[in-house]
Amino acid sequence: MIEHFDPSLVDWSRSQFALTAMYHWIFVPLTLGLAFIMAIMETIYVKTGDPQWKKITKFWMTLFGINFAIGVSTGIILEFEFGSNWSNYSWFVGDIFGAPLAIEGIMAFFMESTFIAVMFFGWKKVSKKYHLASTWLTAIGANLSALWILVANAWMQNPVGTTFNPVTARNEMSGFWDVALSSTAINKFLHTISQAYVLAAIFVVGVSCWYLLKKRENLFAKRSIIVASVFGLIFSIFTAVTGDGSAKEVAKHQPMKFAAMEGLTQGHNGVGLVAFGILKEYGEEKNVDFHFKLEIPKMLSFLSNYDFNSFVPGINDLIEGNDEQGILSAQEKIERGKVAIAALRELTVAKKDGNQARVNEIAAQFNDPDFKENYFRYFGYGYFTNTKDLIPNVPLVFYSFHIMVILGFFFIAFFMLFLWLGIKDKLENYRWLFFVAIASIPLVYIATQTGWIVAEVGRQPWVIQDLMPVKIATSHVTVTTVQTTFWMFFAVFTVLLIAELKILFKQIKIGPKGGE
Amino acid sequence: MSKRQNIFKRIVSFYIEGFLSMDVGKKLWLIILIKLFVLFVIFKLFFFQNDLKINNQSKDERSNHVLEQLTNK
Repeated sequence: MIEHFDPSLVDWSRSQFALTAMYHWIFVPLTLGLAFIMAIMETIYVKTGDPQWKKITKFWMTLFGINFAIGVSTGIILEFEFGSNWSNYSWFVGDIFGAPLAIEGIMAFFMESTFIAVMFFGWKKVSKKYHLASTWLTAIGANLSALWILVANAWMQNPVGTTFNPVTARNEMSGFWDVALSSTAINKFLHTISQAYVLAAIFVVGVSCWYLLKKRENLFAKRSIIVASVFGLIFSIFTAVTGDGSAKEVAKHQPMKFAAMEGLTQGHNGVGLVAFGILKEYGEEKNVDFHFKLEIPKMLSFLSNYDFNSFVPGINDLIEGNDEQGILSAQEKIERGKVAIAALRELTVAKKDGNQARVNEIAAQFNDPDFKENYFRYFGYGYFTNTKDLIPNVPLVFYSFHIMVILGFFFIAFFMLFLWLGIKDKLENYRWLFFVAIASIPLVYIATQTGWIVAEVGRQPWVIQDLMPVKIATSHVTVTTVQTTFWMFFAVFTVLLIAELKILFKQIKIGPKGGE
Repeated sequence: MSKRQNIFKRIVSFYIEGFLSMDVGKKLWLIILIKLFVLFVIFKLFFFQNDLKINNQSKDERSNHVLEQLTNK
C-alpha cells in the first residue's frame, strides 16, 4: 500500500538509478562525440590521401573501440531497474517508453553489428569511400540511438502527445510525433549531444597535449588538436545556444526547477541572472537565501522570455500562488490532484464490483477536456500534504547548474585559445596549457554530470512532471534488495571503469601506429 | 542460391577474420563477455525480476494492481 511506502526505499531506488545513469553517462558522451571526430579525420584522409591522417584516425578509433566496448550495455541496467524497482512507473508510462526504446534497441543492434564491424575490420577489405561511409554511419547511428532515449526522458519532463487511460492505468500515445518532436525533446537532444561533442573534443585535445608534453607524436598531436578544437569550438558555442533553449523550456514547463537553478525565492519583474553566488545554510524549512551573489541585472527575465522586464516566478510564488500572475498555489493544485485521484479510486471500485456503466462514466470524465486541464493535469499533486515537499534540493541544483554554465564558458575560451595557438603553431611556447588541457578532461566530465543533476534532481519530486511523484513510482521490493544491488552495481561498474582506464592509458602510452 | 551462400560465407569470414586480427580487441571481448554474463545472467535472473509481471499474470491483473497502488492512499 502506498501509505506504507518506505522513504528509505525511495531514496535507495533513486540512488541506485542515479548511480547507474551516471556511470552509463561516463561512457556514452565520449562514444557520441569521438565517433564524429574520427569520421572528420577519416574524411580528411580520404580527401588528401595522406597516410598520417589514417594513422590519426585509427588511433582515435582504437580509443573509441575501448570506450564503446566497456560502455556497451551499461544502459540496459536502467531498463532492468524500471521493471524491478519502478514497476508502478513502468506500467503508468505505458507504451510511451516502449516505442522509443524499441526503436533505439533495433537501431543500435543493426548499426552496431554492421557499420562498427566494417569500421574496425574493413580497412583492407572495403574501398576507402565505403569505409568512410561506415564510419559516418556509425557516428550517426550512435547519435540517433541517443535521440530515442532522450525523447523518452523529455516526455518525463514534459508529458505531451499522450492520453491517460484510467481503466488500464496507462498512458497511451496519441501522437508519436508530438512525443518525438516536442520542443523539450528537441532541445534536450541537441543540448545533450552537443555537450557530448564538447567532452570528446576536450578528451582529444587533452590526450594530444599529453603527447606534446612528452615530446612525442608531434604532428599527430597538433593535427588532432586542430580538428578537435574546431569541432569543440563549434559545439561549445552550440551547447550554449541549446542550453538557452533548454532553459526556456524549463522556465515554461518546470518553473520550480528553473527557480531552483537560480535560487530565486521571490519572483518579480526584471529578474537578474545570478552569475555566481554562495547560498546560506538550507534547513528543513527550505528557505533559500544568499551570503552574496553577483547578478547581471534583468538578464534572467530576458533569457526566460526575451523581455528584460518580464515576470519570473520564484519558489514562493509557486508554493503560495500569485493571483496577479495567474499562478495557482501548491495547495490548490494538491486539492485538484486529490479530486482526480478520488475519481480514479471510484473507477477502481466500480471495476472491482463489475459496474461497467460506472466505469465507462468515470472513464469519459477523464477524457473531458475541462477535467483534463483543471484536475488530471495536477494528478500527482494529490499525493502530497506538505507543500514544501514540492521543492527540490535547491543548493544541489543551484551549484550544479552554475558549475555547468561556468565550465561551459570556460570550454569556449579553451577551444578558441587552442585553435588559435594550434593554427599559429605556437602551442609549445605555452607548455602550461598542456597541463590545463589534461586537467580539463575530468572537468568536462564534471560539467556533463552536473548537467544531468540539474535535469534530474531539479525535477524532483516528480518522476513524470506533475503526474507522478517518485514516491508513488516505486515497486514492492525490500530496501535490502535495492541496497544489495546498489553495492553490486557499484562494484561491477567501478571494475569496468578501472578496466577501461587501464586499457585506455596503456593504449595512449603505446601511441598511434603506422598509417598503412 | 549458391551466390547467397557465398555472400553469407563472406560475411561470416569477414567477422571471423576481423575478430582474429584484433590486438586490443581480445581483452575487450573478454570484458564484454564477462560483463554480459554478469548483467544478463546474474543480475537479471537473480536480482532484477519484474514482480509486477510475476505476481500478476494478465494485463488486466497488472492494471488492477497498479490502480490499487495509485488509489489506496
